Order: sequence, then structure tokens, then C-alpha cells
Amino acid sequence: MASNAGVFADEAAAALEPTRDVGRLSQWTLMRRRFFENKLSVTGGIVLILFYLVALFAPFITPYSVNNLDSNSQYAAPTALHIINGHLAICGVKQTLNKSNFTWVYTTDCNNSYPLQFFAPGFSYKLLWVIPMNIHLFEVPKGQRFYLWGADVQGRDVFSRTIMGSRISLSIGLVGVAISVVLGSVLGTASGYFGGAVDNLIQRFIELLMSMPTLPLWAAFAAALPHDMSVTKRYFFITIILSILGWTGLGRQVRGKVMAYRTLDYTMAARLAGASSWRIILTHMLPNAFSHIIVVAALAVPATILGETSLSFLGLGMLPPAVSWGVLLRDAQQVSVVESHLWLMIPAVCVILAVTCFQLLADGFRDAVDPYS
Amino acid sequence: MGNYILRRLLYMVITLFFVSIIGFFIINIVPGSALDARINQLRQQGGEVSYQEIQSLKARYGLNDPIPVKYWKWVSGVVHGDFGESFTYQAPVSSLIGSRIGFSILLSSFALIFTWLVAIPVGVYSATHRYTIPDYAVTLLQFIGVAVPDFLLALILLVFASKVFHSDIGGLFSQQYQNAPWTWAKIQNLLGHLWIPVIVIAASATAWTTRVMRANLLDVLNQQYVQTARAKGLREVIVVWKHAVRNALHPLIMTLGTLLPSLISGEVIVSIVLNLPTTGPLYVSALINKDMYLAITFLMALSVLLVVGNLLADLLLAWVDPRIRYE
Repeated sequence: MASNAGVFADEAAAALEPTRDVGRLSQWTLMRRRFFENKLSVTGGIVLILFYLVALFAPFITPYSVNNLDSNSQYAAPTALHIINGHLAICGVKQTLNKSNFTWVYTTDCNNSYPLQFFAPGFSYKLLWVIPMNIHLFEVPKGQRFYLWGADVQGRDVFSRTIMGSRISLSIGLVGVAISVVLGSVLGTASGYFGGAVDNLIQRFIELLMSMPTLPLWAAFAAALPHDMSVTKRYFFITIILSILGWTGLGRQVRGKVMAYRTLDYTMAARLAGASSWRIILTHMLPNAFSHIIVVAALAVPATILGETSLSFLGLGMLPPAVSWGVLLRDAQQVSVVESHLWLMIPAVCVILAVTCFQLLADGFRDAVDPYS
Repeated sequence: MGNYILRRLLYMVITLFFVSIIGFFIINIVPGSALDARINQLRQQGGEVSYQEIQSLKARYGLNDPIPVKYWKWVSGVVHGDFGESFTYQAPVSSLIGSRIGFSILLSSFALIFTWLVAIPVGVYSATHRYTIPDYAVTLLQFIGVAVPDFLLALILLVFASKVFHSDIGGLFSQQYQNAPWTWAKIQNLLGHLWIPVIVIAASATAWTTRVMRANLLDVLNQQYVQTARAKGLREVIVVWKHAVRNALHPLIMTLGTLLPSLISGEVIVSIVLNLPTTGPLYVSALINKDMYLAITFLMALSVLLVVGNLLADLLLAWVDPRIRYE
């Protein structure tokens, strides 16, 4: 009986634990704890970290450069991997002409196999844009082509292009949202803190932007960009176009928060202590609103990624020779083509996976922001 | 109330005015126009196009004017129902846009109806059966539904239909009805084709709305009057549907403001993939070909659709929720 009572007491203490922590731990620790409880969003976060690592080291992972053509491998199907003599290997392919209807017929010949060479030299690139290198994760012997995810109409490797495409597709979400966050925070804070005419003007402006059809307007902006722009310049402008309409929701959220903080005692105390408006905004209000800004920003990233993909898919966003998932999906526009070459849809799987993970992550953030509930 | 509607109408006109200025400006800063393509075409047909002819064409379409003058000419035309002329199709814009806008409105409204018809019952079920397996399934479907962009869903469905059923699900009519006059059979044919684009356009909106509905209802179910209703001995169905759901619907109507733009944007891009005779395909090709009057008119038409939809949503909200006062 005595031991039982002890167990009960322990259990009661365990139940009280989180409540006791509330006073003892910092808000950030509580948030972190809350976030790691949500396994689904942690998984989303881990997958996203992998995605971004792949994007960072993209040229190392890809066996071919994005515009490496091979007219002999038009729409080549994904190369099958075999284990031959204990090594990962590909079988040799023989190309023969079918003389009756003049089409190329490909036959695999596993007596002629080529083992995959790991950390082998290939095309030269700059690791992380700085270190010149030519070592790749895997290569096949010269003269052989290895298409993990098949080839497109010009015999370019879909695997290499998808991996390299992730650089634009994944970064445009972050950069675009970063611009939105700056715009939304500055205008939202100004609107909520100063009130009156400034508030009125900014709010009417936000309402105006919100009552515009998003995609058609993005398309109009993007169509105004000249076609002969460099890839970097176009990337820059597309990002700006995506964030012009994207900051409004964030602006409203920040305004609401700042308006609530303005009436709180600590703001009054700061003002009485002689703090300037700048100081009150920067050291008292923005840090408080920060967690909410992060949540809204995380929710906005998937929308921006989808925006770029849609625009590029329509031929208005990024244009070849730039490679992004939207640009790659342009090849999949014709049903007749996709039907017989299903691997052209692989970039779509990447888009869906990335966007789902961002949503799960944002969901976890949202729950974690309010650890006292 | 009358005062409120009047004010909203005024605000609507101001919004459209700004959209038209911004839109007209963006579309006109593009160097070159579809007229250049037309002149090239005339040259290729063998005719030598003289400088005078080019100048007269340019003058006719007002291409030499500065943008504000062009804008003024266009707006004063619009007031009289003249939306300018399309360079690519060599026809008045109004004749190109009429039927297409009709289909766009049809698709967007059907998509909205579909969204609510599905999202409300599913959301209610999800909220009343919280933490059961169907609830988890619905939650997972919601995440995927929001993550799959509508144009990809359209593409996947197209490929799937042609691989499995060997049928082409694109378009709004079968071949034989394409140019046929309107008959009962044609309407049936239209309805037979319509459901696919409607589902595709509504998919992500439905997923999102289901989430909103679930959260709303969970909030309401925690309130005391729901407990009172249960304590009175009312059946659970009555408690949920008559007492709780009605109050959970108001926030749903408020979300129309976010829902409508996404439905209209979805309609534009899905129509291109599914090859539907709506505004989408013509709008994008007008933008790419720099057919400026056609492009700006489409942009304005889509904006009008959105702004009017928002107004109707606000009126609907005032109607279902008498607590809302409009000063």
C-alpha cells in the first residue's frame, strides 16, 4: 500500500509538471517543447531540411549538367538499377533501328554491365558557388547514359534537372516571403502604432490589393518583363512580383497585434520612462509579435512556391534556360506526351511534397506559438 | 442598410478604377505590341507594307499616344460598351469576351457551391467525431488537397482518364456539340463535362474550407448554450445542426473574401490545362502576344467578378447574421 501511494504521488507530480514549468522556463523553451511534441510537423521540418540540403549541394548530387543534351536518348525511360557482382550497376543499352517503321528500338543487355562509380569525376562546377570541383556523388563510365528518372524530349536527365530546379523553386518561397515579411511588418506596425490617417490609408490600400484577382495580376506583371532578361534578373523580379500581393495578410496580422500591445501597461511604462516610438516598436512590440510573424510567414511560403510554379508552368514566370519545377512541368503540358512518359511528372511530386511539408511545419509552429493554452 | 450598399458600390467603383489604372499601365509598358506581329504577317503575305500604312494602323489603334491618353481613350470607349479591338483576332474585344466570361462565372459559381456542399457536412462530421480514424483521414486529405496545385490535379486527372478509361476529359463539349446551337441535348452534354473542372477548381478550396468549418464548429460546441440544449434533452442531431452549425456558418461566409480570389485564379489556370473555352486561355495568350486591349479587358472582367462576389458575400453575411450593423 505504501509503495502504491508513492506511485500515485509521483503520477500527480508528473501531471503537475508542465504547469510548474510555465513560471520557470522561458517562453521560447516552452514553445520549442510544444513544437517537438507534434511529430507530424517535426517530420515535415526534417524532410524540408533534407530538401534544402539537396538544393545547396545540387551540382554535387547531379550526374549531368542541366542542359546536357543527347539526341540519341529522346524520352529515354528511367534506367533500371541492378546489383551485379555485389555492386550497383546499370546494364548496357543497344540501339537498333526498326527498319519497318523507322523508330529506334532500345534493348538492354545485362551481359554488358557498368557499375556505378561513386565520388567520381564528372562535369566541373563550383560547390556552394565558391569551391571549384568536379567530383560527383555518382557517375557512369563515359559513353553510357544513366537516367535515374528518365529523360526529356531533348535527352536531358530529368533527375539532374529536377534537383537543380529545386534551387529556384525552393529559394523563391523563402526570398519572396522574406520581402513580404519586411513589407508587412513595417507597414503593419506603422498602421497599428500610429493609427489615424496613416492607418486608414494603409488599410484601404491593403483592401484594394486584396480585392484584386491574384493569379491574373501576377501574370500581367510577369508578362511585362522583357524576354531577354538574364536568369538572375528575372528571378529577382518574379520574386518581387510574388511578394507585392503577398504581404497584405501579414500586414493585417501585425497591425492587430501592435494595436493590442499599444494599450498594455508595459508600453505605457516604456513611454513614461521616455522611450521613443522607435524604441517601443523595436524592443517591445516587434519581439512580441515575432512568433506570430513566423507563423504567418511559414504559411505564406507554400503559396509563393505554388505561385512561381504556376507562373512558370504558364510560360510567364521563369523561362528556359533557367530550370525550376514549374519550367520542367511545362514539358508535361501535353497529355499525349505525359501519358507515355510518366516520369515527366516527377517534378510535380516534388512540388506537392515540399508544399505539404511546409504546411505541416507551419501547423506545428502555430500550435507552439501559444504554449500556455 | 441602403446607405451601406451605396457606400460599398462606390468603393467597388474606386477599386475597379485603381485596378484598371494599374493593369493598363503594366500591360502597356511592354515594348512592342501585337500590331508588330500583324504587320509582319501582312509582309509575309507578300504585300509590301509602306511606312504610311504602318503609321495609319498605329494611329487607328492609338499606339503612338502616351499611356495616359491611351487609357483615357480606352476608358471613354468602355463607357459606351466599346472595349477596343483585338490585334490578334482582328475583332472587337466585346465579341470575343462575352461567352467566355459566361463560362467563367458558371464554373466559379459551381465550384463555390460544390465547395460548400462538401466542406460543411465533412467539416461537421470531422468536428463531431474528433480524433477518430475518419477524422484523421479527413485531416490528411485536407493537407494533400491544399498542397496539390489545381493545375497539377487537372493534369493528373487528364492523364489518369486517358490511361485508364482511354477518354479525353478536356473541353466543355463533345465534338458534335462544339459549334451546335443551344439545345437541351447540348446543355446535358455541358453538364456531363462540367463536373471535372468544377471538382478540380474546388478541390483545394474544399480542403481548406473543411478545416475552417471543423475549427469553427469545435469552438461553438464548447459554448454553454450548446450544453443547455443538450441538458434540455434535445437529440444530438438537433443540437449540432440546428443550434451549433448555424452559428459556425458565419465565419465561413466571412472567408468568402479569401475563397473567391482562389477560385477565380484556379479557374484561369485549370481552363488552360483542360482546354476550356473560358477566360483563362485567351487571357494568357493575350498577355504573351501583347494583345493589350484584350488582356486589359479580361483582367477587368475577372476583377469585376471578384469585387461583385465580395459584395454579395458581405450582403449575405448581413442577412444571416442580424447582429452585424453597418454604419
